[in-house]
Amino acid sequence: MTGENLQPAGRAASESSGRLAIANLEVSFGERKVVSIADLRLDHAEIVGLAGESGSGKSMTTLAILGLAHTVGAAVGGSIKLDGLELVGLGADQLRAIRGRRIAAIFQSPSTAFSPVYKVGSVFVKALRLHGASKSEAEDRAAEAMRQVLLSPDLMRRYPSQLSGGQLQRVAIALAVALRAEILLADEPTSALDVTVQAEVLDLLRGLRESIGMSILFISHDLAVVAELCDSVAVMRNGLIVEQGLAGQVLSAPEDAYTIELLASVPRLAAAP
Amino acid sequence: MTAESEVPVASARAHEPEIAATGEVSSTPPLLRIADLTVRFGPVLAVSGVSLDVPAGPFGLGLVGESGSGKSTIGRAILRLVRAASGTITFDSKDVGSLHAAALKAYRRDAQIVFQDPDNSLDPRMRIGTTIGEALRTHDIVPRDGIADRIAELLTEAGLEPAFAERYPHQLSGGQRQRVAIARALSVQPRLLVLDEPTSALDVRTQARILKLIARLRAERQLSYLLITHNLGVVSKLCEQTAVLYLGKIAEIGPTDLLLSAPAHPYTQALRSAVPEVDVAGRRSRIVLPGDPPNSASPPAGCVFHPRCPLAIDRCRTEIPELRDVAPGRRSSCHRAEEVLAGKLAAT
Repeated sequence: MTGENLQPAGRAASESSGRLAIANLEVSFGERKVVSIADLRLDHAEIVGLAGESGSGKSMTTLAILGLAHTVGAAVGGSIKLDGLELVGLGADQLRAIRGRRIAAIFQSPSTAFSPVYKVGSVFVKALRLHGASKSEAEDRAAEAMRQVLLSPDLMRRYPSQLSGGQLQRVAIALAVALRAEILLADEPTSALDVTVQAEVLDLLRGLRESIGMSILFISHDLAVVAELCDSVAVMRNGLIVEQGLAGQVLSAPEDAYTIELLASVPRLAAAP
Repeated sequence: MTAESEVPVASARAHEPEIAATGEVSSTPPLLRIADLTVRFGPVLAVSGVSLDVPAGPFGLGLVGESGSGKSTIGRAILRLVRAASGTITFDSKDVGSLHAAALKAYRRDAQIVFQDPDNSLDPRMRIGTTIGEALRTHDIVPRDGIADRIAELLTEAGLEPAFAERYPHQLSGGQRQRVAIARALSVQPRLLVLDEPTSALDVRTQARILKLIARLRAERQLSYLLITHNLGVVSKLCEQTAVLYLGKIAEIGPTDLLLSAPAHPYTQALRSAVPEVDVAGRRSRIVLPGDPPNSASPPAGCVFHPRCPLAIDRCRTEIPELRDVAPGRRSSCHRAEEVLAGKLAAT
């Protein structure tokens, strides 16, 4: 692997079909189908919300995109294309070069995403070196990424336990930025955070879409958060997409009964006079 | 699940409109009085001089703040799960700190707590029925031969099938487990419930159902409760009064509707603006607070909020603001509360 792998990949390939294009995706455990998605696309610099509750299949979809579904014993069928490259059935080595590098992921609990025994900075250096950077290049790029997520590079000398939940989630995002990830899978990244910290993380994700054209698949059970952040939304229930479209449209005039119920569940502030 | 849907959450407040309107409580002593409570963990001042009153039910007091604000510590101090460094907690005119033996056991029956994470508060090796039955036996709530029937009643009241008594916690969903935790708390007929982030670990639809359950139970059982949460959206329909906490101190306290519609502290403004809203068009502009909450082991000088406050002036950096009356029924610990309240300062 060479340093060239770290450069942003050419985006010429099929803009119209989406940077990430999921078609007829099926994830199943034996006979039991847990995800069945006919069509879901994520364009350059687009933020798509995948909304649903526990058990809706949204997290299994994340695992399938990362090529990790087999690790929990699930089989994947259909197509997941990254700039035209078919990921379903791709060899382990090729997937490893894509996972983390071109497609990064952040999860609900940032404290479990970092090993407690390594300083934050060493996680960066390891990840960047795995994907071909030299040590000094890795350190420079890590510091730059930390600044991009509005954190002091000094925090890289700390252990995960010495950072707050909000700081750690920003570090996880910085890791994706440092690797020049084109696609970020964000699986409930703010559900464990205070509302104030959640607001900061949402601002940060919005900023990364603007500044580096990151495409984000934002997975959440909270439609208010989806409304704040996403361009379009797909609402999932029992592994199926029950409604999808532009976020403004779906959330202001939902058609599916389940979407309506999810919307009604969002806690609201009393209307201001 | 349908039982709650017949009880609109908003109706819960109809019971005590006068309290909601004025923030004043009648001359009878409050059910719970917290006076100048301070709690320390080593060098950390977790709670610093907090005073709160909770009248007899039905009544809801919201405690709102970020991680580290001291809101959960206050809840635990009420239950005597942590010790107060100073200050007093009085329940039914009795000093909670000096209770022991039979009087303490009676208090433990009167005051119950429900935690955020039912995974950790239910014994994984006990069937649900055993967990609830344990409380009934300890406090001799019903005759031994009536325990099974009472467990069934409590499960039904919490919106679960009586057959759940035979199951183990891992066979239940997160929302169902939280209903069990509520049923267990209610089993001893408490007069005061401390609800510590009871819905934060749940999906929004499950959260809405649990909040409806709380609204129904409060009306049926005349409950008083403290609802501890980081989300102002959660208190809006369930609490007459809300206290906003920052770094162990009360930033602002007052009737929930007034506090939400016209905050008297810039921190409340920021918290309110951080609540995500579906209606993108009607959304308020967000007030982003710079930095993280400061370390409570070394709080800043002056107003503890000043390093993150968009409205801070020189006075805020040196002079500690007292919690003071700023409008009928409303107290704020901001030097500029009157200006904030009058809407002259739109923190942006």
